[in-house]
Amino acid sequence: MTARDTDWDGVRLHVVTGKGGTGKTTVASALALALAHRGRKVLLIEAEGRQGIARLFDRPPLPYEERRIAIGAGGNGDASGPGGDVYALAIDPEGALLDYLQMFYNMRSAGKALTKLGLVDFATTIAPGLSDVLVTGKATEAARRKKPGGGYIYDAVVMDAPPTGRIGRFLNVTAEVSGLAKVGPIRTHADTVANVIKSPQTVVHFVSTLEEMPVQETLDGVAELRAIPGLHVGGVVINMARPTRPSPEVLQAPPDTGALAAALSAAGLYGTDTLAEDLTEELTEHARQVEMQDRERGELESAGQPCYELPMITDGIDLAGLYRLAAELRNQGAA
Amino acid sequence: MSGRQSVNHANPRLEMDRIIDDRRTRIVVCCGSGGVGKTTAAAAIGLRAAERGRQVCVLTVDPARRLAQSMGLTSLDNTPRLVDGISDKNGGSLHAMMLDMKRTFDEIVEAHAEPGRAAQILANPFYQSLSSSFAGTQEYMAMEKLGQLRRSDEWDLIVVDTPPSRSALDFLDAPERLGRFLDGRLIRALSSPVKASRPFTKVLNAGFSMMTGALTKLLGAQVLRDAQTFVTAFDTMFGGFRERAEATYRLLQAPGTSFLVVAAPEPDALREASYFVERLDEERMPLAGLILNRVHNSPAARLSAARSLAAAETLEGIPNGDEVSRDSSGDAGAGGHATSVSYAMAVAALRLHAERMSLSEREQRVAGGFTSAHPAVPVAEVAALPVDVHDLAGLRRIGESLADQSRGLSGTRGCLCPE
Repeated sequence: MTARDTDWDGVRLHVVTGKGGTGKTTVASALALALAHRGRKVLLIEAEGRQGIARLFDRPPLPYEERRIAIGAGGNGDASGPGGDVYALAIDPEGALLDYLQMFYNMRSAGKALTKLGLVDFATTIAPGLSDVLVTGKATEAARRKKPGGGYIYDAVVMDAPPTGRIGRFLNVTAEVSGLAKVGPIRTHADTVANVIKSPQTVVHFVSTLEEMPVQETLDGVAELRAIPGLHVGGVVINMARPTRPSPEVLQAPPDTGALAAALSAAGLYGTDTLAEDLTEELTEHARQVEMQDRERGELESAGQPCYELPMITDGIDLAGLYRLAAELRNQGAA
Repeated sequence: MSGRQSVNHANPRLEMDRIIDDRRTRIVVCCGSGGVGKTTAAAAIGLRAAERGRQVCVLTVDPARRLAQSMGLTSLDNTPRLVDGISDKNGGSLHAMMLDMKRTFDEIVEAHAEPGRAAQILANPFYQSLSSSFAGTQEYMAMEKLGQLRRSDEWDLIVVDTPPSRSALDFLDAPERLGRFLDGRLIRALSSPVKASRPFTKVLNAGFSMMTGALTKLLGAQVLRDAQTFVTAFDTMFGGFRERAEATYRLLQAPGTSFLVVAAPEPDALREASYFVERLDEERMPLAGLILNRVHNSPAARLSAARSLAAAETLEGIPNGDEVSRDSSGDAGAGGHATSVSYAMAVAALRLHAERMSLSEREQRVAGGFTSAHPAVPVAEVAALPVDVHDLAGLRRIGESLADQSRGLSGTRGCLCPE
């Protein structure tokens, strides 16, 4: 098997959003790793980060510069060859503004001088949608950038985007800017950006945990984006799913505390009577949680988008954990 | 739920009831990064204070729908509404409101400009986008509303939940930024055409015209015109904004204010909490303590993850439950089957417990990073609940567990903690 269909073939820009605390940055990073297989080159963008990507990959803070931070998850038993490269870029509005001035007017140095005068604060304040346009503009530029001989520089771009509450406004750049600028260069720029964002080449993935509030926000967010013509909702990534062990059959019957105590004694533990009671309480609580998770999972599935499920990594996310999540995403067809 | 082990820190415990019962406490600010449960904490504290006899107003910025419903907040009308279902046996009451930032901004304009000019400002496209989507407007207006509620003196305790920004510091910085922007020289320069009358202003003016040139290139002339019209109409109100922001800032430094930093036991949330604690200290703002929310703990914390796993492996290593059963009782068949079932159950329970303990142990390590760096900050913990809170009963339970930290903290001393 050399080529394998994924759910998002043809997508060049993956926008990842989610409620705060659901692990959006982790999932975006794992997705970038997963996409970077078979020599593919992927850019991972932090849109409004506090250097979360650098921390995850155990690197010093990222500058406003595309640099390689990891080798993609290669092989993985599917004979797909060596891993590709993951590049990362932390975008800040200031850097994006200077980039924009340079790209369109060749005035980076003037821009730098103006930055000292407070231009960035000023410009982004005068036009509140401006910094979003500049940031999404940088991402779409990277997604479209071509090599001199033709062919795209990056096979895919993954953006760790603002949280669910802001994602609609963040992506609906034309509407944001048109309230202010009906004509003019930034309007033209916004239209170009919107053409990429609102094409099938771009999808928006939602990260959620199996808890009520994040699930509700995800459903609201999906509905909000569907209402914006041209935007494409991608997958729903369920993150930090707690282990489903023991199997539902085991959970069904209320545990026999006496038998449990005997088994614990056989395992060489002491004080097994109270221990059995405490563990029974844990099992019961767990059963309730599994039930709640199942209900929330059903809610998420009702959105009708592909769902992926990533396990809770209890020791905390490190590089190995990221690769594990990347492998999960690959196995489930997300990349 | 008693005797549960919790994060094993030596920090003093947060005495929630002492804070809310103290009549000198007039404002409680719940802050922290997004997704840590600030809104729920604010609502739970407000409810508890009301039921203990305070006249409370909870000002919330962006509540989850069901939480808002639990407090009877069905619409965003910028006015405190009385919450039903509160026990008033101690003479207290609870009002709650959701912030409408645009409306708050409009009200300031209406209150400070004559009607004709106010209408002109409100209709300006630049004003409309500034008042509805400038990053910082929400924070400024939350502060503004807080100041208004405090000045009205209708409530003796206001509990405020901060906007859902990624960084907790935004709450402190954004109002100042908006105030600075509205009062700033750059925006004033926009309103008055450059007059190079005096030589020493020439350099500055050159800077401005370069700036205006760049802005025109960037935004187009029309945006600048809108901004200029806005600034001209707004002129009389300048100065006021900065002053208001500063007045509210001083309010936050006053002794009647208590800051509660809310964090989940995760590295990012605690890192933000740390920044915030340090910043409060620099600003001489009164920190009451840290609420560590959604802590995982176990009723069987005496059994560590490692021993639990080892026990599971021991059981799995016993070749066959039936044999064991025969050996011990000489009774094969149904009893043996029951034994193997109970072994499977025990293995499952032990592995589950090990997962839970390793999560709990990790949370302790992470929280330890915070508490070692800030040993004097009082801490309260709220255990992770299996389901979300969306009614008054749930908020009441959170309030109780916030107030009663005795089981959480001192209850750990007697047991075999892993640390």
